[in-house]
Amino acid sequence: MTAIPLRHAVIEVADAKVSFGAVKALDGVTLRILPGECVGLVGHNGAGKSTIVNVINGGLSPHQGTIACAGEPMHRYGIAAARANGVRCVFQELSLCPNLTVIENTRVMHRTLTGWGWRRRATCIIGGKLDEIFPGHGIDPTGVVSDLSIAQRQMVEIATAFSQVAQPVKLVILDEPTSSLDATLATQLLDYVRSFVEAGGSVIFISHILSEILSTSDRIVVMKDGKVVSERPADEFDEHSLVAAMGSVVKRRDQEKRITDTAGLTPLLAQPSRRGKGLPFAAFPGEIIGLAGLGGHGQTDTLIDLYLARTGSWLRRRDAEVAFVAGDRALNGVFPLWSILKNLTIADLAGLCRRGLVSENAEADLGQAWKQRIEIRTQDVGNPILSLSGGNQQKVLFARALATPAPAVLMDDPMRGVDIGTKQEVYAILRAEADKGRTFVWYSTEMDEVCLCDRVYVFNNGVIVAELKGDAVTEKNVLAASFMGAAA
Amino acid sequence: MKKVLSSDTIRLLIPALSLTVLLISVFYLQPRAMSYVGLNLLFNLAVPIALATIAQMLIMTVNDLDLSMGTFVSFVACVAATFLEATPVIGVLVLAAAIATYAALGVLIHVRNLPSIVVTLGMSFVWGGLAVLILPAPGGEAPGWVRAVMISRPPFVPMAIIACVIIAVVSHFVIMRSSFGVILRGVGGNARSVERAGWSILGARATTYALAAFFAILAGISLVGLTTSADANIALRYTLLSIAGVILGGGEFTGGRVSPVGAVIGALTLTLAGSFLSFLRISPDWQIGAQGAILIVVLGLRLLLNRLENRGKRS
Repeated sequence: MTAIPLRHAVIEVADAKVSFGAVKALDGVTLRILPGECVGLVGHNGAGKSTIVNVINGGLSPHQGTIACAGEPMHRYGIAAARANGVRCVFQELSLCPNLTVIENTRVMHRTLTGWGWRRRATCIIGGKLDEIFPGHGIDPTGVVSDLSIAQRQMVEIATAFSQVAQPVKLVILDEPTSSLDATLATQLLDYVRSFVEAGGSVIFISHILSEILSTSDRIVVMKDGKVVSERPADEFDEHSLVAAMGSVVKRRDQEKRITDTAGLTPLLAQPSRRGKGLPFAAFPGEIIGLAGLGGHGQTDTLIDLYLARTGSWLRRRDAEVAFVAGDRALNGVFPLWSILKNLTIADLAGLCRRGLVSENAEADLGQAWKQRIEIRTQDVGNPILSLSGGNQQKVLFARALATPAPAVLMDDPMRGVDIGTKQEVYAILRAEADKGRTFVWYSTEMDEVCLCDRVYVFNNGVIVAELKGDAVTEKNVLAASFMGAAA
Repeated sequence: MKKVLSSDTIRLLIPALSLTVLLISVFYLQPRAMSYVGLNLLFNLAVPIALATIAQMLIMTVNDLDLSMGTFVSFVACVAATFLEATPVIGVLVLAAAIATYAALGVLIHVRNLPSIVVTLGMSFVWGGLAVLILPAPGGEAPGWVRAVMISRPPFVPMAIIACVIIAVVSHFVIMRSSFGVILRGVGGNARSVERAGWSILGARATTYALAAFFAILAGISLVGLTTSADANIALRYTLLSIAGVILGGGEFTGGRVSPVGAVIGALTLTLAGSFLSFLRISPDWQIGAQGAILIVVLGLRLLLNRLENRGKRS
């Protein structure tokens, strides 16, 4: 399987730097993958794991740094070059074409499957690989992918990545491959990974289940804030030292946390425990509540449920109880063709209405007031919203929610891609509004933001697994709760 | 492991059933249609519509929509009745240029991330204008060989039926069976993963558009073969007919879910619906409305089946 001499790395990324706007996703990462080893890659959200994966599979060119395959520096490294060098990737989000059959998806992934009889060959390849990795899988290769369950799709994707058609498979990147597999299937996969590695292949293994990482990897690379912070053989780590390596020295907090005595108070928002498991959710007036845990473990669903439970009526209530700040600005935040002012006032048009018509004067006054209060950097709020930088657009979205009389504001990771200066301004506004009695429910993937909250619910697999209060809200505790919950 | 009916079969079932029901009703109303000549007359005009439907289906495979189909087919008909007849070399060159233009449109739509509806709506005026320039008044003459093919009388089965079967088989092979068609449908299903596998989405789009233009050109030429002369407005109805045909045949607007066989059946159903209403002696004023009603009934049936299927999957 390995035609290259053992001394060369399958792939070597040196000093890779990638930044998206103000955010440094990768800040000088060096990673060498040798033939015949399984490298575990761990880190919290936004540590840069997915970014380095995208650099290695050719989907993203680093703004700085070099990539070498089998000892030869690659100048034009792209998806095609990566595949030609035997790099395959199983992505975190499922990436099969749902309208095609399993064999047709195999064809999409393997360029050389063409000509007469390609269906027969593809059936042999994918069927054989599925049997090899997941004996007794029960997947019909001629079936359409949209008819398969999530676990079956994941199995197909893994088998496709490992199957060899023309170029030998040298490196397979598995990004959270076990997240939708049950324990039996996960064991089958991990066993296969070990045998693949022993046969001379290489694997980069990303998982939030630390026990899997520890048992499967030869070497573990820990990333944080776009840097590699620790790199050691797997047997030198245990679960606690891994969690410790992912965190950082606890910083002094300059803000006093408020610990409200909630006993006996009626919560402003409440929700029973999700799917009958975990802890119930409750929010009291004047609190800033953080929703933490690894991305996509039910935080956004909780926010949407909270929102819909109070606004999901066909008739608009005059006084809204909750306002929502969307995380994905482009997708469900801004109205791109509208002015800053119109974007700001849309949530509270009812409050600006006089006899059924929107009062332009009241709208302009509101716009001026908020422009000064949150310092939107523009000459005129009549300018189009897209003339603002991303951070300032986000401030407008905050103002949109804060301008409503709603006593509770739900925020779905709104600070993605916002520079640090703007963040500080928004944090101050949040704190000031909370002191006036508003409640904030804040899902954030950034540890610093979670640590600003008065109380934090940690999510895992769709349920709340821990509640941290006041001084207990520390990076260490949040990390421990989100990873230990997964291991349990 | 195999289920009794796969979702693809169910998808084809409704159009096939509705065509059968319509056909039986037509035979009941007008038993003389149940003959060689009768069938040929019933389905004659379905051939160009089926070709245009396949062209539209290709565009819909990559999640786009072509609103210039009608004017483009008209333009091709005008070219076929003039240049292709008088100076075949120039005629072929013009048609090749039209295919290149379609490929360029695919590139433009992809590179600039434009809505295909807007681009093709704009192009519909260009094609319409060119058609008027070529044939300011109805006229021209169909090339002899096209005419000969379209009025030929093969034994036992009328030309129209044979042509429709050939169209269905060829396009089924290209879109559903060939390894190339898989990529086209993959682009409609999940363009990002196709791109991650190292394919050029740009190339796939351009090819799809060029292939669609090719089928639309066949539609225009066969139409002229039937009508013997052309007019700049000859096929304006084809834009909506082709879209309706794809949807009737089990295709969807997004997601790369298409069915060439279904599309041909859809085109046949639409053609037959017109004859059916004439046999019912419904006044022409009401025919378009009645045709719409038939469409709504068939699509309603499909929605119902989809819902049943989803419920079955969930439980």
